[in-house]
Amino acid sequence: MKNKSLVSINDFTREEHIRILDLAGAFEKRPKQRILEDFVVATLFFEPSTRTRLSFESAATRLGAKIIGFSEPGSSSVQKGESLRDTVLTVCNYADLIVMRHPMEGSARFASEVADIPIINAGDGANQHPTQTLLDMYSIRKTQGTLDDLHVAFVGDLKFGRTVHSLVRALCNYNTTFHLVSPTELKLPSSDKIHIKDRNLSYFQYTDMTEVIPKVDILYMTRIQKERFSDPIEYEKVRNSYVLRSNMLNDAKSNLRILHPLPRVNEISIDVDIDPKAYYFTQALNGVFVRQALLASILGVVE
Amino acid sequence: MEKEELRKELKVSAIENGTVIDHIPTQSVFQVIRILNLTEYGDQLLTGTNLDSRKMGKKGIIKVTNKFFKSDEINKIALVAPTATLIVIKNFKVVEKKQVQVPEEVEKIVKCFNPNCITNHEDVTTRFNVIEKEELKLRCHYCEKITAKDNMVFI
Repeated sequence: MKNKSLVSINDFTREEHIRILDLAGAFEKRPKQRILEDFVVATLFFEPSTRTRLSFESAATRLGAKIIGFSEPGSSSVQKGESLRDTVLTVCNYADLIVMRHPMEGSARFASEVADIPIINAGDGANQHPTQTLLDMYSIRKTQGTLDDLHVAFVGDLKFGRTVHSLVRALCNYNTTFHLVSPTELKLPSSDKIHIKDRNLSYFQYTDMTEVIPKVDILYMTRIQKERFSDPIEYEKVRNSYVLRSNMLNDAKSNLRILHPLPRVNEISIDVDIDPKAYYFTQALNGVFVRQALLASILGVVE
Repeated sequence: MEKEELRKELKVSAIENGTVIDHIPTQSVFQVIRILNLTEYGDQLLTGTNLDSRKMGKKGIIKVTNKFFKSDEINKIALVAPTATLIVIKNFKVVEKKQVQVPEEVEKIVKCFNPNCITNHEDVTTRFNVIEKEELKLRCHYCEKITAKDNMVFI
């Protein structure tokens, strides 16, 4: 994986995904290792994403790397009208690896073609967010002991949620049974279902979350955003029907874990947080280990 | 049958040197002309629409005098007229005849329909993988969104 950019989850093979998850496990055991002291990591955030940026910067700092970059385009040359191409070419002179978040789809692929150093995509518009997918996979494997043959429910906005799209695609390699719960307006698009069908895997669609909970090993919750609805009345109708409350977990399997890419608004009630099945904050911590694994392997300090 | 078709073409008028684009879906003739920038063409250009065709029912045809197309231009034709045949004429004789092919990859000629794709904001050459040749679906190499026939715009 040395010098290989990570733009889309499919840029890495199944074996490479597993290798990253194994490495992340090693970093979880020993998170502070100064193996990147000779390296400079640039974090270019053309749109703000505090959580993802801090997670990357924490990962890099714990490995001893120096960090340069910006956290919003207002504080960079973008405001002066510089093209993405020129910004990337310039930063290549200063850093060994670029972590990039950009509001436009395809920007990370373009940057990886312009740059002579590796790019890690930290989100390009509504397209891809592969490091989130890897940390989701890490969290699933860690809590279930395996990635194979699981029943996974996705709840909420399955139409626009890019974390859902990428994770569905990745899990198609592991004989997953998919339970898709969403309002009719926000169903998983057919361009994503095609990956499930191609692998002859089973999927079931629901509009009601309660019947799904006892069946699954993972409950992947997402936020339903008001602006996704053309009709505000439709939003009002569904906003309270996709909220997870602790009393809904009574019949859940003991190994069930609840994941959420965060930030949460109201789709998981606070009373769920103390349930041992709630895993979303640990999931966010796992993101640091996965990003350490990616930085170390792409910079070539671990095999 | 070949002779009969040729005779019909000759009714449209023969050319001495140039290219005949035959078997164009009749509704695509003017699109082909526009895509190939032939509206500005300075030499003879002959067109026919709604001509009888045994293969297609109705077909269109374009004859371009003293013009020989390069491969990326041929690709453009294949995207709007996948049934088209290219016939190269020299000295009134057919020297080459071939079916146009929808390519595996499409570069430069199609605009990504996604307004938020980087190719619509920076100076980036567009690139697509053709994922469905019959219905014509192109997946953008950059934003990974699918541009279908109905929303295809040529650069």
